[in-house]
Amino acid sequence: MEFFLVQTLNGISYGLLLFMLSSGLTLVFSLMGVLNFAHASFYMLGAYFAYQISAKIGFWPALVLAPVLVGTVGMLVERWGLRSVHKFGHVAELLFTFGLAYLIDEAVHLVWGRSAVEYRVPAELDGPLFQIMGSQYPIYRGFMMLISVAMLVSIWLALTRTRIGLVIQAALTHPHTVEALGHNVPRVFMLVFGGGAALAGLAGVIGGNAFVTEPGMAAAVGPIIFVIVVVGGMGSLAGAFIASLLIGCLQTFAVSLDWSLGGISIASAAPVLPYLLMVLMLILRPRGLLGTRDG
Amino acid sequence: MDTLKFSPINLGRWILWGGTALVFLVAPHIFTNSFALTMLTQMGAFIIFALSYNMLLGQSGMLSFGHAVYSGLGAYMAVHALNLAAKGVLPIPLPLLPLVGGFAGLIFGVIFGYVTTRKSGTTFAMISLGIGEMVFACALMFPGFFGGEAGISTNRVIGKPFLGLTFGPALQVYYLVAAWCFLCMAAMFALTQTPLGRMANAVRDNPERTEFVGYNTQHVRFLQMVLASFFAGVSGGLSCINFEIVSAENVSAIRSGGVLLATFIGGIPFFFGPIIGSVVFIIFVVALSGFTKAWLLYLGLFFLAMVLYAPGGLASLLLMQIPVIRARRFGELAVPYLLAGCAALMALAGLIGIVEMVYRLSEQGVSTVLTVLGWSFDAKSAAPWAVFGLLLGGGLVALRYAARLVGERWGTIQAGLQGRAA
Repeated sequence: MEFFLVQTLNGISYGLLLFMLSSGLTLVFSLMGVLNFAHASFYMLGAYFAYQISAKIGFWPALVLAPVLVGTVGMLVERWGLRSVHKFGHVAELLFTFGLAYLIDEAVHLVWGRSAVEYRVPAELDGPLFQIMGSQYPIYRGFMMLISVAMLVSIWLALTRTRIGLVIQAALTHPHTVEALGHNVPRVFMLVFGGGAALAGLAGVIGGNAFVTEPGMAAAVGPIIFVIVVVGGMGSLAGAFIASLLIGCLQTFAVSLDWSLGGISIASAAPVLPYLLMVLMLILRPRGLLGTRDG
Repeated sequence: MDTLKFSPINLGRWILWGGTALVFLVAPHIFTNSFALTMLTQMGAFIIFALSYNMLLGQSGMLSFGHAVYSGLGAYMAVHALNLAAKGVLPIPLPLLPLVGGFAGLIFGVIFGYVTTRKSGTTFAMISLGIGEMVFACALMFPGFFGGEAGISTNRVIGKPFLGLTFGPALQVYYLVAAWCFLCMAAMFALTQTPLGRMANAVRDNPERTEFVGYNTQHVRFLQMVLASFFAGVSGGLSCINFEIVSAENVSAIRSGGVLLATFIGGIPFFFGPIIGSVVFIIFVVALSGFTKAWLLYLGLFFLAMVLYAPGGLASLLLMQIPVIRARRFGELAVPYLLAGCAALMALAGLIGIVEMVYRLSEQGVSTVLTVLGWSFDAKSAAPWAVFGLLLGGGLVALRYAARLVGERWGTIQAGLQGRAA
């Protein structure tokens, strides 16, 4: 029972982190039709920026500054790169972000080296939050959940209650009409792309020290968030939310269970499970959980 | 009435293919040292891989991020077949081993292709990535078949010599690879001329109309996928013979990304584009990686530059010159090209200097003193940063002006050509 409870909490906190990543990806995809291959690289960039900033001036400024920096990088990328390949179509845009992911990975190698950096949980967040039936639950996990939920609520409020949010929503479906009404749609694209990158950066700030900050972290999480977007249904935020929690829990449980099936332990099969889920989903329900478009 | 038939001897095509065969034959006699021979052998295997990839990306419009799955699994099957042959269980001569890889690739193409080709466009890309990751994770999960981290090694010299060839020496392996490469090139080119190849182009350009004409686009994509997987498997079998080891790296995302980079850099709209791309890519991977650890960064930058400014790849840049040369007006472009080349070299020198200095500063236990053309400098001092920064900045500005000049000349020449045609 206690095992179940702790693992569920861990699964949810990991799932929320995944949702912070997949929400930005989904938002950018449904607005611009661009699948940002470099999204996980922005996550990594967030973690490294936070490491550098927290080494100089502390964790709390990093929590704000690192996502802002990553968001700025994202906006620059959109303005000076993505916008000019837009005319060549979606495949070219995808290829551009693919090349960008290569470049960011190599730049991180170059600047911070090939081994993991010591990006640690700040002292004030280090320690047990509460005890469930004898086992301790770390404060930082709770902090991660708090940040994720706060972020999600503020995004939801921003999208539904503010003027720019309404413009974004309108531009999702009717970009030409929005443009005709006098809104600068390319600038909206730039802001959304930057916003998505900043979200990924924030996930990097809180995920980097909870897990490990190393050059392979983008390649490790990147495919998972693509799976989430496919399983949840392309372009569906609610679907991405459900799929994130599902895959977060699935992976957390699989790693900690010591059952075995036909000689293969569940724990060693854990990396394959999300992909199996994706394949099953594609065979049984090709549009994904809550997807509307097919094809 | 009989259908009209017109089949002249296509002299140009015979010369082209004959020339290609000749290049394959004489290349190892021009580049004779063993390093060059290794590179040529790798190029041969990679050309098949990249061409098979272009059957998907260039010819059918399917952007795959998991093509290494088929070549890698083909390589695994080939290595097991070779080990069985060495034990005398399986009577298969070495030169036919790539066929084992090919058929393995084909079978996996049928299995995975059934899932992936249900979708097209961006979704297909993501699913192919997922399948690739799944196979890679499996490769580490089942060490019995995949050999875990270390992989499975083998020895290509088995049994009696085949027609007097043992395939021990590198030169014999090169000719084996070259023969397969030529065969596969011809086969893949022939495929582009078949109705399937044409319909694949139609599916790429306008899937909706293709369906109205009465074709099932999913079926066309599936067939292309299966055939491409076969050729990828052949290339996997060849790399198994060449390296005598197959590891999880063969099915990894790194390899899938590599073939995408090579194919795109070469030029996806043209059949021969991936051949150029493979040659350039192998030079980057094998030769440049010996000089600098930042070679992937340079490769990534090169790729991004191609995506941004030359989406048709190197092949399109070359082909664009042909009408100009034919009109004998290339001379007008020579000076602007030279200027642009100089500016690009200047910017490149600045960039390389900065990248190498950053690398020296971040890497621990490496001397920060660099030497270029007899000029020694310390990456910790400010002067080299200023010099390289100026080179980079000045080069970029000069490149901008040179590019404008090239564009103007190009415009007038094109206008002249069109005026003459009209």
